[in-house]
Amino acid sequence: MLKSFEPNQIFLITSRAPKYVLFLFIIVLSIGLIEALILSPEDYKQSHSVRIMYVHVPSAWISLGIFSIISFLSLSIFVFKNKNFSLISKSLAPSGFVFSIIALVTGAIWGKPTWGTWWAWDARITSMLILALFYSIYLLSWRIFENKEQVIKITSIIAILGFINVPIVKFSVDWWSTLHQASSVNILSKTSIHPTMLIPLAIMTAAFALFSLLIFLMKYNTELIKIKNKGLDRL
Amino acid sequence: MINEIISMNGYGLYVWSAFSFTLISFGSLFLLTKLQLLKEQKKFVYKFGSLSTKKIRAAKKQYINKEILLGTLNSKI
Repeated sequence: MLKSFEPNQIFLITSRAPKYVLFLFIIVLSIGLIEALILSPEDYKQSHSVRIMYVHVPSAWISLGIFSIISFLSLSIFVFKNKNFSLISKSLAPSGFVFSIIALVTGAIWGKPTWGTWWAWDARITSMLILALFYSIYLLSWRIFENKEQVIKITSIIAILGFINVPIVKFSVDWWSTLHQASSVNILSKTSIHPTMLIPLAIMTAAFALFSLLIFLMKYNTELIKIKNKGLDRL
Repeated sequence: MINEIISMNGYGLYVWSAFSFTLISFGSLFLLTKLQLLKEQKKFVYKFGSLSTKKIRAAKKQYINKEILLGTLNSKI
C-alpha cells in the first residue's frame, strides 16, 4: 500500500491536476463570494459584520485540519520510515500557515465591530496564535537545517508537539470562559446556524479546501523537481 | 442597491477589508508558489540541456524526468 506514496506514482497525478483544481476553485470561489457577500442574509444581532464569518471560519477549520494531517504524517514518518510523508507535510504547510494568518487577521477585523477591540488574550485567540507560531517554526526549520535526516526529525517533532495545541484550539471555548463565541457548527450535536448561512459557509469552505489542494500540488511538484535537479547533478 | 452592498449598514469597511485581505493572501501565495515552481522547472531544463548524450539517455530512463520536461513544455498554470 505504501507504494502508492512513492513520488513517481504521486507525480503522475500532481503534475496534471493543478489546472483542473484551479478551474474548479475559481468556479466554487465565485459562487461562494456571491452567496457570502450578496445573497446570504444579515444577522439580527451582528448585522452585516456576520459576513466576515465566511472567510474567518473556513480559514480556521482548514489551518487546523492541515496541521492535524501534518502531525499524523510526521508520526507516520517514525513508524513507516517513509520519507515521502515529510515531502507531503512540507508541501502542505505553506497553505496551512497562510490560513492561520487569515483566521487571525479576519478575526481581529470581526472583533472590532463585535467586541469593540481588535485583540483579546482569550483562550481561543491565543491558542490560534500559538498554532500560527508552530506553523512558522515548522516552516523556518525546513529553511534553517541543511542535513536532510536531521531536518525531517526536527520538523516531525515540532509537528507532533504542535498537535497538543489542536484540541486546545477546538475546545478552548468550552473549557474556558472566552470572549470568542462557542462553535455554531457541530458534527456530533445540533448545528445552531440557519441553512441560509450554512450553505455559503459550506461553499466557501469547499473553495478554501480546493485552494489549499492547489497550493499543495504546486508545492509538491516544486519539491520533487528540486530533488530531480540534485539527481541530474549526480549523473 | 450597490451603495447598500458597499456600505453594509456601516460594516462595509470591516467586511470588505476581511475579504480583500483573504483574496490578496490567496493571490500572493499562489504567485509565490508558481514562481518557485517555474524557477525549479527552468533549472531542470537548463541542467538537462547541458548533459551529454549518454547522460541524457540515462536520465530519460527515469519516467519522472520525462514527465517534468513534458510539464515544462505544456505548463499553463
